[in-house]
Amino acid sequence: MADPMQHSHHAAPAGDGALAALRARTPEVIAPGHTFESVTDSISHIVLTKRTPIGWFIGFAFAFLLLMLLNVTVAKLLMEGIGIWGNNVPVGWAFDIINFVWWIGIGHAGTLISAILLLFRQQWRTSINRFAEAMTLFAVACAAMFPLLHTGRPWLAVYWLFPYPNSMGLWPQFRSPLIWDVFAVSTYGTVSALFWFTGLVPDMATLRDRAESKVAKKIFGAAALGWRGSARHWHRYEMAYLLLAGISTPLVLSVHSVVSFDFAVSVLPGWHATIFPPYFVAGAIYSGFAMVMTLAIPLRSVYGLDGFITMRHIHNMTKVMLVTGMIVAYGYFNEAFFSWYAGNEYEGYMMLNRMEGPYAVFYWSLIAINAVMIQLFWFRSVRDNIALLFVLSLLVNVGMWLERFVIIVTSLHRDFLPSSWDIYMPTRWDFAMFAGTMGLFLSLFFLFIRFLPAIAIFEMRTITPEAKLKHHG
Amino acid sequence: MSHESTPTLYGLMAEFDTAEGLIHATEQARLAGYRAMDAYSPLPIEELSEALDLPKTRLPKAVFIGGLVGCLGGFLLETWASTIAYPMNIGGRPLFSWPQFIPVTFETTVLGAALTCFFGMWGSNKLPQPYHPVFNVPEFARASTDRFFLCIEAADPRFDREATARFLQDLHPLGVSEVAP
Repeated sequence: MADPMQHSHHAAPAGDGALAALRARTPEVIAPGHTFESVTDSISHIVLTKRTPIGWFIGFAFAFLLLMLLNVTVAKLLMEGIGIWGNNVPVGWAFDIINFVWWIGIGHAGTLISAILLLFRQQWRTSINRFAEAMTLFAVACAAMFPLLHTGRPWLAVYWLFPYPNSMGLWPQFRSPLIWDVFAVSTYGTVSALFWFTGLVPDMATLRDRAESKVAKKIFGAAALGWRGSARHWHRYEMAYLLLAGISTPLVLSVHSVVSFDFAVSVLPGWHATIFPPYFVAGAIYSGFAMVMTLAIPLRSVYGLDGFITMRHIHNMTKVMLVTGMIVAYGYFNEAFFSWYAGNEYEGYMMLNRMEGPYAVFYWSLIAINAVMIQLFWFRSVRDNIALLFVLSLLVNVGMWLERFVIIVTSLHRDFLPSSWDIYMPTRWDFAMFAGTMGLFLSLFFLFIRFLPAIAIFEMRTITPEAKLKHHG
Repeated sequence: MSHESTPTLYGLMAEFDTAEGLIHATEQARLAGYRAMDAYSPLPIEELSEALDLPKTRLPKAVFIGGLVGCLGGFLLETWASTIAYPMNIGGRPLFSWPQFIPVTFETTVLGAALTCFFGMWGSNKLPQPYHPVFNVPEFARASTDRFFLCIEAADPRFDREATARFLQDLHPLGVSEVAP
């Protein structure tokens, strides 16, 4: 958390004229005039009010409909098996792993914002960390469904996923990246949940003290654990928050690295590449920030939160997307270059097949989005255009989904032996399941913004002008 | 002992409307010799830890040990499962292939450290705690919004109902309340 003593860098005297002019052009991280009370009021009001915006009902109804589609799909899947999907031999990993990687990647922005930006003392993280962390949890929940359901009978899969003494005396294969994945994703989900809950407790106390209905008081009171803002508690709390951030920082970098090992450790052309871990991590952060943007833009306009999620946040998120997007584009270039430079005929064919084969349109679309379109983010006029940014952030999510599709399907469908080549076509159930997880994600997110403070109230207090202590004594 | 004269009091609580007021009051109370007291604020204030002279928390050491337990636990589990419990001969490759055990070891290290941090912090703060006397003061509801409180507890040997109340009044609070136990 920001140190209340720390002055915002706007208050510091500017070194020279150009710097001062730049600072004057940079929007603040919080709209001027906010106090402890106004911050508390505006954020807790969203939760405590009896009135729910009509937009919420429309959005939730849509999300809930998709969630029901997920129920139907999972029921169908459990009755009939994974034959309802388009997976075949050789494309045994299809939508399951594409969607898994896509969702896990989206989750990464939440931890990056809450942990890494905290360590770098980036004040602007404060108003977006809570809902970005919620987004992480919900995205991990969606991601985990795919590999679990890909086993067809998940309740029979437990013994080779988790090490526990079972009646067959079998233990997991710890040399397999797929087991590493189980540990990475479950650790990631657990640590993200602990971090999120820890951040919520002081805000639960605020809601407990401000709620008018008895039921709400009881529920928030239980969730607040009896928090009373004691200096002794804050003292340990701040240390724990910092430690959790320190622990989560290598964790978030490890998760997508481990996910990339699923591919990089195999010998398949197009997968067996050392660039994969950094390239995947950058792609994850890139798509995650796109999703934060996709969620933040409607959130701030529907709930009038533009005093908390200011243009500063929008600009900074765009810049993070530009940087990470360029790293991803470098990854594409690197893949193409080495498939030529290495002189390996299988690698070379894989790249040609990506560019000219049956899935070429996907390859060129992802290049168009992730390498070409993001160059728009260089322009301030684009970074100022909220409506355009919303569309672009949706397109980035499409682009990153296409990237995973291309990596997985084009590498699998034509490997070493032409006799095993085949074409992969997803079925309607593949799409139903993917749309269904979006329903799960959005339903959880709608419930979250209605019933929990979407912005960390006590952390927002630390960046109000009131929190800057005047020196005394 | 003041305990006998005031058996029905948890302490006296002064309310301030600024963090500076609370920090100043806490420093003064400490100079006056009070030790059994606590400050309450809606946001973390580092100066309060100094004013109350809080000892350094042992949390980082506990987290290190938690991480170490996770690290060794994960690595030993993998080693035991792969070499003793379920050895698999795959083309004569070594059973103790430790480099491949590192990713999981890393994750269990993180998990051990994070769980220790989470439960260690809440445990040493003695939370969850369903009841605490400070909540008996109606004004205290604003401690989670924009008010700052200093509570000098009756358990302090220097505590005296009248003298302590007078002392708190002199610190220019918004008000002083008695806290029922």
